[in-house]
Amino acid sequence: MLILTCPCCGIEADETELEPGGEAHLKRQGPGAADADFEAYLFQRSNPMGVHLERWRHAHGCGKWFLAARNTVTLEVYGTYPAQTKKPPQDIVRAIKKRVPGWEWQG
Amino acid sequence: MSDAALARISRETGRAMITLRGDLASRPLASAVKRAVGQPVPGPRAILGDDDRAVAWMSPDELLILCPRGEAAGVSAGLSKALQGSFHLVADVSDARAVFRIRGRGWREVLAKLTPADLSPAAFGEGELRRTRLAQVAAAFWTGGRDEATLVCFASVADYVQALLENAARPESAVGVL
Amino acid sequence: MSARLSKGGRLLDRSRAVEFTFNDLRFRGFAGDTLASALLASGQTLLGRSFKYHRPRGVIASGAEEPNALVGLGRGARFEPNQRATTTELFDGLEAESQNHWPSLEFDIGVVNNKLARFLPAGFYYKTFMAPRAAWKHLFEPVIRRSAGLGRAPSSRDADSYEHFHLHVEVLIAGGGIAGLQAALVAGRTGARVLLVEQTAHWGGRAPVDGAVIDGQPADDWISNAVQALEKMENVTLRTRCMLSGVYDHGFALAYERVADHAPGDARPRHRLWKIRARRIITATGALERPLAFAGNDVPGVMLASALRDYLVNWAVSPGDRTVVVTNNDSAYLSAIALKEAGLEVPVILDARAEATGPLAERARELGIRVLAGRGIAAVRGGKRVRAVETCLQAGEGAVLETIACEAVAMSGGWSPVVHLWSHCGGKLDWDEAQAHFRPDPARPPLDHNGEGFVIAVGNADGAMTTGAALESAVAGARAALKAVGKAAGRVAVAKAAAEPAQPMQPVWLMPEGASDARRMKMWLDFQNDVKVSDVQLAAREGYESVEHTKRYTTIGMATDQGKLSNINGLAVLARELNNDIPKVGTTTFRPPYTPISMGSIAGEARGELFQPVRKTPMHGWHEAHGATWEPVGQWRRPYAYPRTGESVSDAVSREVRNAREAVGLLDASTLGKILVKGPDAGRFVDMLYTNMMSTLPVGRCRYGLMCDENGFLMDDGVVARLDEDSWLCHTTTGGAERIHGWMEDWLQCEWWDWKVYTANLTEQFAQVAVVGPKARKLLETLTDMDLSAEALPFMHWADGEIAGVRARVFRISFSGELSYEIAVPGGQGLAFWEALVKAGDAFGAMPYGTEALHVLRAEKGFIMIGDETDGTVIPQDLGLGWAISKKKDDFLGKRAQQRADMVRPDRWRLVGLETLDGGVLPDGAYAVGEGRNDHGQRRTIGRVTSSYRSPTLGRGIALGLVERGPERMGEVLEFPMIDGRRRAMQACIVDPVFYDKDGEKQNV
Repeated sequence: MLILTCPCCGIEADETELEPGGEAHLKRQGPGAADADFEAYLFQRSNPMGVHLERWRHAHGCGKWFLAARNTVTLEVYGTYPAQTKKPPQDIVRAIKKRVPGWEWQG
Repeated sequence: MSDAALARISRETGRAMITLRGDLASRPLASAVKRAVGQPVPGPRAILGDDDRAVAWMSPDELLILCPRGEAAGVSAGLSKALQGSFHLVADVSDARAVFRIRGRGWREVLAKLTPADLSPAAFGEGELRRTRLAQVAAAFWTGGRDEATLVCFASVADYVQALLENAARPESAVGVL
Repeated sequence: MSARLSKGGRLLDRSRAVEFTFNDLRFRGFAGDTLASALLASGQTLLGRSFKYHRPRGVIASGAEEPNALVGLGRGARFEPNQRATTTELFDGLEAESQNHWPSLEFDIGVVNNKLARFLPAGFYYKTFMAPRAAWKHLFEPVIRRSAGLGRAPSSRDADSYEHFHLHVEVLIAGGGIAGLQAALVAGRTGARVLLVEQTAHWGGRAPVDGAVIDGQPADDWISNAVQALEKMENVTLRTRCMLSGVYDHGFALAYERVADHAPGDARPRHRLWKIRARRIITATGALERPLAFAGNDVPGVMLASALRDYLVNWAVSPGDRTVVVTNNDSAYLSAIALKEAGLEVPVILDARAEATGPLAERARELGIRVLAGRGIAAVRGGKRVRAVETCLQAGEGAVLETIACEAVAMSGGWSPVVHLWSHCGGKLDWDEAQAHFRPDPARPPLDHNGEGFVIAVGNADGAMTTGAALESAVAGARAALKAVGKAAGRVAVAKAAAEPAQPMQPVWLMPEGASDARRMKMWLDFQNDVKVSDVQLAAREGYESVEHTKRYTTIGMATDQGKLSNINGLAVLARELNNDIPKVGTTTFRPPYTPISMGSIAGEARGELFQPVRKTPMHGWHEAHGATWEPVGQWRRPYAYPRTGESVSDAVSREVRNAREAVGLLDASTLGKILVKGPDAGRFVDMLYTNMMSTLPVGRCRYGLMCDENGFLMDDGVVARLDEDSWLCHTTTGGAERIHGWMEDWLQCEWWDWKVYTANLTEQFAQVAVVGPKARKLLETLTDMDLSAEALPFMHWADGEIAGVRARVFRISFSGELSYEIAVPGGQGLAFWEALVKAGDAFGAMPYGTEALHVLRAEKGFIMIGDETDGTVIPQDLGLGWAISKKKDDFLGKRAQQRADMVRPDRWRLVGLETLDGGVLPDGAYAVGEGRNDHGQRRTIGRVTSSYRSPTLGRGIALGLVERGPERMGEVLEFPMIDGRRRAMQACIVDPVFYDKDGEKQNV
């Protein structure tokens, strides 16, 4: 039963107020994309044991999507941040590296 | 309901609700809200106003305007007119919602049986609107003071929510904590 | 025989007698008794039969760890099986029955299994009941189920109510013994929000029974002062009868409050499940005493030494005149001393240790008790109760030295901290060599969302086994918790306990050390699941090295007590057999709940009318009053049909279909999703959402649109209306409104966040009615001045106006092929509007119709239905909807996917109509078979039925289906084998999917 703080309304939300949305920072591939790129966009997910950047919606709350940096093994949450970004912001990266030295975003 | 119920549950029908989406930091929006309900634009999760007219923060780009039913059309039109030309959305959602009053000292316990939100007085007080889950549906509520709260849910589940609240308020089910 | 002593019993109220029944016999106890203490006090030592061998069993413990004394409680709608007598508080009128015996507790046929025990070793079921397969169902399983098992399942609906309660606290403390109370005092004084829960009805735990002295006072006094102090603190919540059942991620915990188990039938909820969010959780859950493994350790009358002491001190129960004490540590001496002081006889203390010295041994000797070191029990004599013990050398092979007559045996194999809550969420354990137990490793706690340990073990639960150490540990734990929540504990006066000097314990896993095989077959490890030392040894010999595998193979620790008494002993035996260290063998996983919790408490309020929300349209009550049968669509209930008196449902559907085709029908379409999309970029946005071009739709017009996911599969459809320059109203399917609204917001918030578009889900703001049929226009014209003529409001146009005095928006769209208007009015006026239509419709033969008629009407026209013709693998092209896919747009959601090789394959299954040769109705979902076989040797399937109805209009069965290269095979006859095997395959001809009014003449009038 996770707790994630919604960066849009500030609520420390209970998992039952949230909806998961899978891996964050996927780059959409549209018409013209090569088969391999499109396949990666649709189906290939990193599914790591460890640091994961993911999408959540505060569905039973302010309704907004946000992103979370989380550890899938220890369940530690390094931070949440707005969805309107193409890569994890600096402060999130710093927070992750502090706990997981050597981690690099593979985006 | 016996008098010893944790709280009395009643459904209210006199209140209109208007969704306003737009740039909450913009001046035209602030003055439109001021004209509509006489209040400034509330900060995150805040609700300002009284039983007749109020405005609540719903999300970073959405407010909920509350006013008497009879004024809804006028308020809607006023907002639309004031914001004409700017990027916004005004929609009367009065009929899509059900409103419940929960009166009595036990209102916190009644809600705490149904929602994961922190309802202790230290965490949730006057002036805040909490959008959350109530058993299996979405709801929003706020308190106007020590002994009552107002709750809004979707109209289609009004019967479910009323039954939930009445069940949670059964006099024998007091927890004695909140 | 056990009996009640005339004096004592710290929990008893002797002024209040309580009557109850056990196996229909009347018994008496006192207020304050548990069912177990009252039965023992009445001489009832035999309480049940064991799971597998039907051996006679009595009480072995005094609390939550009890494996044997399970009973069925209550009757009828309040019957509940497998309740522990040791945790059941006695009340007037309690009815209990013993379990797992036939015909009676005293005489049980199933005990023959006991004689066959040597043929029922570990893995017996796995090894024996292999084949033939059919025998499982008809022979083995029913026999096994009858002979092995616990209580019977209740058959009536539960008469009680249950509820949940959410609470957020800073410090949650599990366990109301002295350590929990001390921690609560420290935390409470800082003003922190504290919840302290205790599973029994009493505060203080074991300390008063064990004679602890705190701050110079007897433990009882210290406890009542502590509770009084805590009760005065407004920030502290105290709860007895409330067990912390599980610790979960991020400080979530479940507590199980037995609100009214001891007072059934009062109006309170029987159980309350607390859903707690705590910043820090302190587990002060104490320790459990371990049994010793000697032959016959399961005979009624053999008890844990601490339990025997509890019965004696708390409930004034004598276990019998003569009790033999057998131990490997000092604590059992307390029981011997207490028995002696109560005037009972302790013929001998058999201390397995090489020496029996120290203050407690001295005290025992002073009281005249014979203390023998290096001794153990070779075997217990007795069947339904203890008659004697045979003593032996612990170090030997079990040669009997002496036979000592006695009525009870008090055993102690040492103490194991209750580490369950610490472990539930990943806390790791350390092996404590000196005390021979696992204790929490503070360096490896369960972690919260900040990566910090959030569970703190204190007291006995942390391996601090003396009163003084437990209190110190509690203060330190509370300090750590407070620091984490940002509260300073300040100076704290730590309660001081009188010294409790003790001699080191000596691990004993087998008694005697060199016991014979025959004896090992009578040494019980898991009493509830009937697992013996010999079973675990057999598992080891057969190659089971992992403790988790051994657990499942032997079923040790898998009963309702989850091995509270058996785990450590079992894995010690396994380690010994594997020649390995205990910590290397490790423990099995501790999982919630700590003790079983009721299903009712998990359901909470969600039963009966509150089981699930039912979404209702504004006209729901009318439908109900007019005899509607219902179809659930998502959480909505929609009228399926309106059967009249004496009419079958299918006849009603036929009538409703014919009436819509011939006169006029009314459909409550309020559930359809209605999403407003508005903004300068709204046109661009709807072009991305829909496969067809929506931005070019003129104001005042409607267009049918398709939405695909990024896999290209069709996921929703509906009519889009252009409301004004920058607003589109998107209709979705009934089940799709929330999903599609979320889908839109996802793209707007996460991908195209710079686009100026707002959405609003207005589904429930409007009630919507479809007025359908050749007389629809005439009917509406009686209620409005609006010009609804074909010229003023042509097909696929909309207009605002007033109908029946209600502000209305009229969409001229059709899902039936008839002249049709769908009219949206404010939800609050939906019912009045519907009633006005019904009333005015009378003159035109108007009738309401339900979803089944809607389905038939659309199928006759070959219109697809999301969820029937689509299943998440179907693209619009498969459904002949290529016309609704824009060729001009560079991009829309799903476009790229529809270019994949598999999507443009020529042999995809595509939509066709199917007409049976005999006019019958194809079963929905039936498959068509073609030439050849697939890779598995089965007949190749070449298509399937997606919708199938009897058409009242055409008087025959009609179906839609997806068929390989379907549209290229018009006129071909397909074969549909029937799955019931009785009927011959049905044959159907591939035809055009539009069965009725192919040119659309009826809707364009």
